Amino acid sequence: MSILVNLALGLLFGVGLIVSGMSNPAKVLNFLDLAGTFDPSLAFVMGGAVLVAFIGFRLVLARERPLLAPRFQLPTRTDIDARLIVGPALFGIGWGLGGFCPGPAFTALSLAAPGTLAFVPAMLAGMWAARLLAERNV
Amino acid sequence: MTDFTPFASFIGGALIGLSAVLLLLAEGRIAGISGIASRLFPPYGDRLLAGRLAFIVGLVAAPLLYAAATGEGVVQTVSSNLLLMAVAGLLVGFGSVWGSGCTSGHGVCGLARLSRRSLMATGVFMAAGFATVYVARHVIGG
Repeated sequence: MSILVNLALGLLFGVGLIVSGMSNPAKVLNFLDLAGTFDPSLAFVMGGAVLVAFIGFRLVLARERPLLAPRFQLPTRTDIDARLIVGPALFGIGWGLGGFCPGPAFTALSLAAPGTLAFVPAMLAGMWAARLLAERNV
Repeated sequence: MTDFTPFASFIGGALIGLSAVLLLLAEGRIAGISGIASRLFPPYGDRLLAGRLAFIVGLVAAPLLYAAATGEGVVQTVSSNLLLMAVAGLLVGFGSVWGSGCTSGHGVCGLARLSRRSLMATGVFMAAGFATVYVARHVIGG
């Protein structure tokens, strides 16, 4: 059951990325190009997603527990540490270079553009490296 | 140039938000793509690997569903500079996990939860993205 739900929600998330234009690196890079060919569309992606999540999360969290798991598992940290600056800074530079963040990179795989095929394995290697390094330091 | 698509972008964004809400409802977890993807690798601290794998398979298969439903292909322009894309991938992968989240976990779910950590992270990666494109297109490329 959980596997089917996850599959369906991955599909829904991916279709959302495609419909919104977020899966197209050219659109992302134009959104980030304030001084040039600025395309503000992605502000509307963020707006739509945050609006639905803001309302939906409140409705869901009024429940005692989720449908398929014993309890809700939400991030509890509130501190701002160096990793919360360094990580997003590196991520933002990579995002601005390639136009992909993690979700859109996965939805681009099946189209098999050479740039995507270079990006995704490097991204996965970077993710794994960060996890291993983080777990050694903590 | 790319076309300004406020309506489609808003609807697509709403679908992304809906997916995050339903994941929280079903599994009690936040839909952060970098968190889900990075935990496909060992060490495994829980038994949720199959679900995570299924979510990623759904993301990868989404263009096929989109094409089948609309009869249209997915439009994408990806840089063909393979070295640039590999470096970008490394930075995106490492940075998103090092900072505990990416556009989805911090930018959508975190902001919707009014998390100050996510507000900080989103501000930093947006600023870094704007600065990088400015330098790439108008300082080096200009």
